[in-house]
Amino acid sequence: MQKVFERPKGLTDNEFAYCPGCLHSVVHRMIAEVMEELDIIQNTVCVCPVGCSVFMYEYMACDVIEAAHGRAPAVATGVKRVLPDRVVFAYQGDGDLASIGTAEIIHAAARGEQLSVIFINNATYGMTGGQMAPTTLIGQKSTTCKMGRDPQISGYPIKICEMLATLDGPSYIERVAPTSPAGLVKTKKAIKKAFQNQIDGKRFSMVEVLSNCPQQWHMNPIDTFKFIEDEVSKVFPPGVYVDR
Amino acid sequence: MTTRKLIKGNIAICHGAVAAKCDAFFGYPITPQNEIPELMSDLMPANGGIFLQAESEISAISMVYGAACAGKRAMTSSSSPGISLKQEGISYIAACELPCVIVNVQRGGPGLGNTLPSQADYFQTVKGGGHGDYKMLTLAPWSAQECYEFMPLAFDLADRYQNPAMILMDAIVGQMLEPVDLHNNFEICDYSKSWATIGARGRAHNIINSLWIDPEVMENLNLRMQAKYAAAQLHETRYAEYRTDDAELILVAYGSPARIAKTVVDMARDEGMAVGLLRPITLFPFPSARIAEYAKNGSRFMALEMSAGQMVEDVRLAVNGMADVAFYGRTGGVVPTPTDILNVVRASFSKPPVFSSYPSERRSVK
Ligand SMILES: Cc1ncc(C[n+]2csc(CCOP(=O)(O)OP(=O)(O)O)c2C)c(N)n1
Ligand code: SF4
Repeated sequence: MQKVFERPKGLTDNEFAYCPGCLHSVVHRMIAEVMEELDIIQNTVCVCPVGCSVFMYEYMACDVIEAAHGRAPAVATGVKRVLPDRVVFAYQGDGDLASIGTAEIIHAAARGEQLSVIFINNATYGMTGGQMAPTTLIGQKSTTCKMGRDPQISGYPIKICEMLATLDGPSYIERVAPTSPAGLVKTKKAIKKAFQNQIDGKRFSMVEVLSNCPQQWHMNPIDTFKFIEDEVSKVFPPGVYVDR
Repeated sequence: MTTRKLIKGNIAICHGAVAAKCDAFFGYPITPQNEIPELMSDLMPANGGIFLQAESEISAISMVYGAACAGKRAMTSSSSPGISLKQEGISYIAACELPCVIVNVQRGGPGLGNTLPSQADYFQTVKGGGHGDYKMLTLAPWSAQECYEFMPLAFDLADRYQNPAMILMDAIVGQMLEPVDLHNNFEICDYSKSWATIGARGRAHNIINSLWIDPEVMENLNLRMQAKYAAAQLHETRYAEYRTDDAELILVAYGSPARIAKTVVDMARDEGMAVGLLRPITLFPFPSARIAEYAKNGSRFMALEMSAGQMVEDVRLAVNGMADVAFYGRTGGVVPTPTDILNVVRASFSKPPVFSSYPSERRSVK
């Protein structure tokens, strides 16, 4: 019988430890597929974050570095500057990229580092138990804003794509929502483009993935997709922000 | 071929880095070490290396971490407040057993302090400024010549022990102009770095990580690190001695205060006091065994520092109650004068103080 679906070579044999329905797994798989399709598994260095995806090094078949919380873009810069012919990518959550690591991402983007960044925005701190993230929506509940995020106390969600799009450094910035078949196709295409750009010698490329957290949102996975489409996408509109 | 140049310690650090075949420098401006990134921005590209001014010290050390993961010789330099910011990265680099070199041209503190000479970062340097049980192999140059020569040594130690190495200076050592022989008598070894994350290229994928959920595995890493540190204590302890053989009182000082102390040794000897100088060159590993030997033989000690008393604790630990350990220090950027120190030495020999004939000294004694 013909095999029509198998594990991409970009993944190791380890089983994902993510919660059921968590999009971290889906995006991991897409990155692995892209590495295989572009034939760069043997030439890629992944820099993984602190967050639920901290164990990414267990799953990616390429070389992997575990960075300190928020520092992945700086670590990736260090690798890419001394190994310019390797493909270097960083994978970061919203706490990692949009809170503790804001300086690192802004400056990597401003310098136009030849990196690919996959940014998983799930509007919460998944790993530490669902605290408020810089991307938590106004009114959205978390363990540190139990009545919902109040702008009087906690200000407003940070829109990273829009911020980075003001810079001249980036070559490509897109926000995607993998919550429908069409969204999944778009997400994979965007990730592939972020890697292809780097191979082509373009500068900084980032894909923000509107992700979910069934565990900390206290929702079943299907409802999380609806929430992303109805609520999250209103604050963080999907689309291409930079492409040059 | 050796060229002799009149240069600052900070400049000598840069030439030493080039002699050490440093591949990458990442830094952020802070006085009194700005000569280092300024010159490195020329020297690194001129020698086929990478220079990058980072957005912060946190990023600079993270970039060092990345370049070290890639198997390259990477370094950063800063001064006290900036070194505080680097502690996160240093802890990660130590935990991942990566080599790199960090230069700290210390300034007066705490807080923003000032840009004057100080040695108040000793604890932060040798007692583990970041989190966790790690140590940095620490070299303390007292001259521009040593700044030059300690760079290849620091890179070699870092590679050999797969551990961050620090060059701990004070603003005098960094800023003072001195003649330096820019020789090339260094053996630069090529260390195999099969662990480096440079793309798998057919082998099993490499992982550089410091997260170990299983406590036994985490403890094993700690045990391996401690074994490294014990080996370094045995094989890498470096110090210099001056007129210590028959010394009743041994001054213990590193960096600029050691140079002042050397003058004081001669002044005291002229007055018939048997005083010597022991200068730790490695602060970790500390020359504890040597100090203990002198303590056993009846010497007493006086630690001299530009701090409120930090290294003196290691002297006391080495002496372990066998001998008297006194301390004299100035803080906040004040540099002790020879007469300041001579008077404490005289007091320890029950002699009255003398007054300096140097007007500049009289001003600082007030
Ligand atoms: C310096 C530091 N501060 C805090 C933490 C604790 N911590 C671990 S993961 C995390 C948040 C991660 O959230 P996010 O980046 O959104 O990723 P997610 O888990 O949601 O995928 C925090 C705060 C840490 N490891 N290091
Ligand atoms: S806690 Fe949330 S982000 Fe983390 S694995 Fe579970 S669902 Fe995914």
